[in-house]
Amino acid sequence: MSRKGGSTAIEGAMGLIAILLIVQMWLLTATLAAFLAGHDETILPAALISGIIFAACAGLFIFIRRIDATVRATR
Amino acid sequence: MKRLEDEFAIDTATEQYVTRRQFSKFLVLTSLGMFAGNLWILFKSWFRHPTAYTERIVAGMNEIGVGEVKLFSYPEPTDSCILIRTAADQVVAYSQKCTHLSCAVYYAKKAARLECPCHEGYFSVTDGSVPQGPPPRPLPRILLRREGNQIIATGVQL
Repeated sequence: MSRKGGSTAIEGAMGLIAILLIVQMWLLTATLAAFLAGHDETILPAALISGIIFAACAGLFIFIRRIDATVRATR
Repeated sequence: MKRLEDEFAIDTATEQYVTRRQFSKFLVLTSLGMFAGNLWILFKSWFRHPTAYTERIVAGMNEIGVGEVKLFSYPEPTDSCILIRTAADQVVAYSQKCTHLSCAVYYAKKAARLECPCHEGYFSVTDGSVPQGPPPRPLPRILLRREGNQIIATGVQL
């Protein structure tokens, strides 16, 4: 992979992580509001979705590291 | 003899530089923190015991006229509440803490609603719901029971 291509892939992945973080932040505040209002039925699905988002972020981070290593190796 | 620059190869101008990898790691750790927050809420909800409320006389019907209010504390002395007599035979009570930022709400008789003076949040006097303003949820309602002339608080409905 070329340096420019690698850079684009990394920036895309970072942008995706940022979007996922915004969604996760909204999810956390909404869950807290539901908990304080006594609506416990939404808390478990919210925790599961938050876990999935974290897994996606970790996956993208591994992707970034791999691309970075590949580009550095081919330089 | 080793020079200081050899020992510390990063100069002052670039020591604040954060690589994309470091920044990505920070973002992922933030995501982990928010996931931990969600798990914490989940555990809190699992171990939340329903509060046992004690019944307490908060007012007498002859103490407040129609459209008047009485302030009282329930269930703890620090939980201020507002009792409103909306009709000759009807009283309602809510927590006085606004669900937005905990300002004390007051009863606006003309508009027949509870108003928060801090950020103009309004609550319905009928059920405590939020028709307008920043409060994210209704006011906790104090459950009441009447025994003759006495008004007795029996619990709190979130």
